[in-house]
Amino acid sequence: MKTSLSWLRDYVELPAGLTADQLDEALTNLGMEVESIVDQGATVKGDLVVGRVLTIEELTGFKKPIRFTTVDVGRDAPQEIVCGARNFSEGDLVAVILPGGELPGGFTIGARKTYGRQSNGMICSAAELGLGDEHDGIIVLPADAAAPGDDARPVVGLADVLVEVEITPDRGYEMSLRGLARELSYAFSAAYTDPATLVSAPGATATPPYAVNVEDTVGCDRFSARVVRGIDPNAASPAWMRERLVASGIRSISLPVDITNYLMLELGQPMHVFDLNRLSGGLVVRRARPGEKLTTLDGVARVLDAEDMVICDDTGPISLAAVMGGETSEWQPDTVDVLLEAAHWDAVMVGRTARRHKLFSEAAKRWERGVDPQLTLVALERAVRILTEHAGGTVDDRVLDIDHVVAPATIELDPGLPTRRIGLAYNSDQVTELLGRVGCTVTGVDPLAVTPPSWRPDLLAPIDLVEEVARLGGYNDIPSILPPARGGSGLTPSQRRRRSVGRALAENGYVEVLSYPFVAPTAADQLGYPADDPRRSAVRLTNPLSETDPLLRTSLLAPLLGTLKRNLGRGRRDLALFETGTVFLPRLASTAPPAMGVDRAPTDEEWAEANTIVPAQPWHLAVVLTGDADPAGWWGPGRPASWADAIEAARIALSAAGIDPARVSVAAAELAPWHPGRCAAIAVDGTVVGHAGELHPAVVSAFELPKRTSAMELDLDAVPLPPVTQAKRISSFPPALIDVALIVDRGVPAADVSLVLAGGAGDLLETVSLFDLYESDQLGEDKKSLAYKLTFRAPDRTLTTEETLAARDAAVTAVAARFGATLRGA
Amino acid sequence: MSYRNDPYDPKQAALLDPAALEAAVDEARKAFDSASDLDALAALKPAHLGDRAPVSLARREIGSLPPAAKSDAGKRVNLARQSVQGAYDSRLAELEIERAAKVLVEERVDVTLPWDRRPRGARHPLTTLMEHMGDLFSGMGYDIVEGPELELEWANFDALNIGPDNAVRGSMDTFYVDVPGLVMRTHTSPGQVRTMLTRTPPIYVVSPGRAYRSDELDATHSPVFHQLEGLVVDEGITMAHLRGTLDHFAKAMFGPDARTRWRPHYFPFTEPSAEFDVWFAQHRDGPRWVEWGGCGMVNPRVLTACGIDPERYSGFAFGMGVERTLMFRNGVSDMRDMVEGDVRFTTNFGMEV
Repeated sequence: MKTSLSWLRDYVELPAGLTADQLDEALTNLGMEVESIVDQGATVKGDLVVGRVLTIEELTGFKKPIRFTTVDVGRDAPQEIVCGARNFSEGDLVAVILPGGELPGGFTIGARKTYGRQSNGMICSAAELGLGDEHDGIIVLPADAAAPGDDARPVVGLADVLVEVEITPDRGYEMSLRGLARELSYAFSAAYTDPATLVSAPGATATPPYAVNVEDTVGCDRFSARVVRGIDPNAASPAWMRERLVASGIRSISLPVDITNYLMLELGQPMHVFDLNRLSGGLVVRRARPGEKLTTLDGVARVLDAEDMVICDDTGPISLAAVMGGETSEWQPDTVDVLLEAAHWDAVMVGRTARRHKLFSEAAKRWERGVDPQLTLVALERAVRILTEHAGGTVDDRVLDIDHVVAPATIELDPGLPTRRIGLAYNSDQVTELLGRVGCTVTGVDPLAVTPPSWRPDLLAPIDLVEEVARLGGYNDIPSILPPARGGSGLTPSQRRRRSVGRALAENGYVEVLSYPFVAPTAADQLGYPADDPRRSAVRLTNPLSETDPLLRTSLLAPLLGTLKRNLGRGRRDLALFETGTVFLPRLASTAPPAMGVDRAPTDEEWAEANTIVPAQPWHLAVVLTGDADPAGWWGPGRPASWADAIEAARIALSAAGIDPARVSVAAAELAPWHPGRCAAIAVDGTVVGHAGELHPAVVSAFELPKRTSAMELDLDAVPLPPVTQAKRISSFPPALIDVALIVDRGVPAADVSLVLAGGAGDLLETVSLFDLYESDQLGEDKKSLAYKLTFRAPDRTLTTEETLAARDAAVTAVAARFGATLRGA
Repeated sequence: MSYRNDPYDPKQAALLDPAALEAAVDEARKAFDSASDLDALAALKPAHLGDRAPVSLARREIGSLPPAAKSDAGKRVNLARQSVQGAYDSRLAELEIERAAKVLVEERVDVTLPWDRRPRGARHPLTTLMEHMGDLFSGMGYDIVEGPELELEWANFDALNIGPDNAVRGSMDTFYVDVPGLVMRTHTSPGQVRTMLTRTPPIYVVSPGRAYRSDELDATHSPVFHQLEGLVVDEGITMAHLRGTLDHFAKAMFGPDARTRWRPHYFPFTEPSAEFDVWFAQHRDGPRWVEWGGCGMVNPRVLTACGIDPERYSGFAFGMGVERTLMFRNGVSDMRDMVEGDVRFTTNFGMEV
């Protein structure tokens, strides 16, 4: 909503010296978002004065005609000014900006030599003053406008303050001067004149000026009309009206249309002008028939919906009610007989129609927010008066008014409710007074019987009234009281886990990213998923931002690899990224959820049934890495990131998640998008929770990533929550260390050998660690040597050499039995 | 032993002469003091403290003395020997200190050499900030609740009094999917709906997390963003409690000067509703009010839809954008920096925000 302060002052007696800041604060505290307050007078800085042109000397010899003038600007000597415009004569009054002044856009005016003459200032055009696009010469003021030397701002129309505010969707009444002025009257305790009371409007007459039948009184609960015949089609809108429309951001079109726009701004009542002679037969107001067509004023042929309301004559629909008129019935430049319509339409219907046809007109914006249904006759009377004043014509005495408006219901309000909800004491008198200010009729004591005014369809329940009390009482007077804590449970185990995992990975060199979860359908192919891979089944956005990425991720990797690539593109080579986020796993069998109302909570059954359509959205953790894991430096060469780092990332994460490493197992696996020989399944207690390793070369190539890029992804939600860790007894006796080197087949996994060694060694074994891996044909074909350090320790004594060797032998025997391992060098 | 009977021969006992002993001690002291390092000192030791050293030989001569002179001479020799040993010990101590100091000098390294052999990673500042906010409320006795990002339309809209005709339900604002009845949640509030459906008051929760709105990515908008919303439902809850909570939150986040300013606003799920600004003294362009979030008293219609008796209970709710908070609190000027995943942006924050 955009308007001017001078127009507002017509209805509310605002303080004389009101500053922009005061106005801003008042509007803000009333609940409007101030988009801008522009003091037009301040847009031109310095001396902008009225001048009288004394002499004009035509300068020749330049590319264009130039005038050298002397202008009386009320000073001792006339001002010498060079001017390129020619639309003025000696004796004319003009607007002059003197040296030191500044025009909108930061154009400063100086005294300078130009075209061989001295020029002290500038004679201004409307465009130069920011008053429109008029570039055809300078402004010539009316002869009696002012005296030379006077401030020219009020004379040229630069004295007003323009206000633009954003109105919340519940307050349609604020989309009018009537409503804005009323609101400002509260803020400044200023006298208010309701423009709807400026004229007394005649009511419906026995016979209407035109036959109208309202078939659907739900969609249209009021329809009023007046007729004026014989207007002068060439009559122009008065300047004051044009100025106010321009100040409100509305283009001046013609007198009849300008009047309806002016009254829509003033009262908030949208109206429509029909050319009486282009109507054939009586009007019918009804729902459109599905498939019916109407070409609206914007030239678009529209197919109508059964919910749309239309105004029809014998030819069919002639207007998309409340939203936009039709081409065939519209006012024309030669229109002499008009039918003025002011109706009241159902807000929900208009909102749907506007959205359906993407027609967000100024009228639709008001209807959707709610319009006072009691304005139609006043608006028509005002329209008729302004029209005939400026265009003559004869008013038909008859008035049409089909009124099915239901009066606002009375709300019972416990006078203590505002205090109980706001926490600031309001007595019953204050509540009554504040509600009275917004136009409510308040009777009774306890409860108060509150009848909202016709322009407040948003006031339906006691809490709506509480809001008005709080708002007018002043939000910033509400005290600040911290409610006492009621005892919380702290973070949940899974919340704690996500934090620990994130910190652990960050401390181990991984940088967290938060990728969008949108992926392309081609990602599944790029990741090498087999045709029947369940990860191909993804939820699809029906209105994606980008048509290329309509799917919701079923794995974190595709978006994460995209982020990796972006960083590579920006010149980074060594990268280790991680992301913790949800993936979206669609339910295979989806049924429509049960219809659930809002007048009660859904039953447990309804709620459970509704949730069966919600896809599982487990938290996943993924890492991707490329380049050097350990950088090169003065200490020596770097170490490239590899499959092993990716697997270690899983171990780091699981350890941070409180999982004892003994519960974690790693086994060779084959799963896209990993390299089939360099992929590990990560399991906790034997249940696979994720995979890690080097990406398949084809995947690396499809994503155009560096060779050997590695990745890991875990289903964090599948990882068991950590148990209460039991303390271990710490032995104070010395350890016994023995190394064993075992020759086994190359295909035997080292992890299995470790496990069997540990199992065979018995309880005395404290740790087993692989310290060397050696592969050579000298060991035998396809053999490798694994060297382990075994640490033995007893809780209650120092081990003897014999005990230690016996345990070692038992371990080796177990490995020999299981894998045919032989002791190296034995 | 035969030598006991040897007659006293002053010539043979010349080394016992006090002057000779004194000279031997002096000579030893000078020699030791002249030793420039421990090796030199060790080399000098036999000459002055060894078997053939003057003080050692002098001791042997005592036997040639008459018994009456032995005691006196013995004392003299002992004193002399102790002096030589003392001179040795003190020089040894000096040289050891010197050597230790020299070793320390020799072992000096360039401590400014880098050793970032395992570069540290970093957590995303949005994550860290959400945790920071969550911890504040956790410390106040709130629980942190979550919910699905792909959410029931009913929980995201209907239950929150956002009726079927509300414009925000249009495809211009909300992402829809190929499963009817589901939306990408447009705020984290449906998580609160789930909480109200499954818990009974008193309810004190915050819900941090991701939300989605179909805005194009630009410097101040992202279709995927993060929110932290709070919900309290209890007996006797007022707007004053909301204000107290937000003021406390603001101070905890932005320092003791922080406070909030409210502007009446409209939200379907709260009434009365307000948008609030926070006084942010550390703003990089100078202290100022900064728009922070929205809040209000939970609309009784919402309580009803979530199975809570609005006659008995009242509540407040508030919410703010985490991106927005990070932008003004940490001086991030472009939203895109938060979503593109450039490691330079994130690494700058390290583990804290």
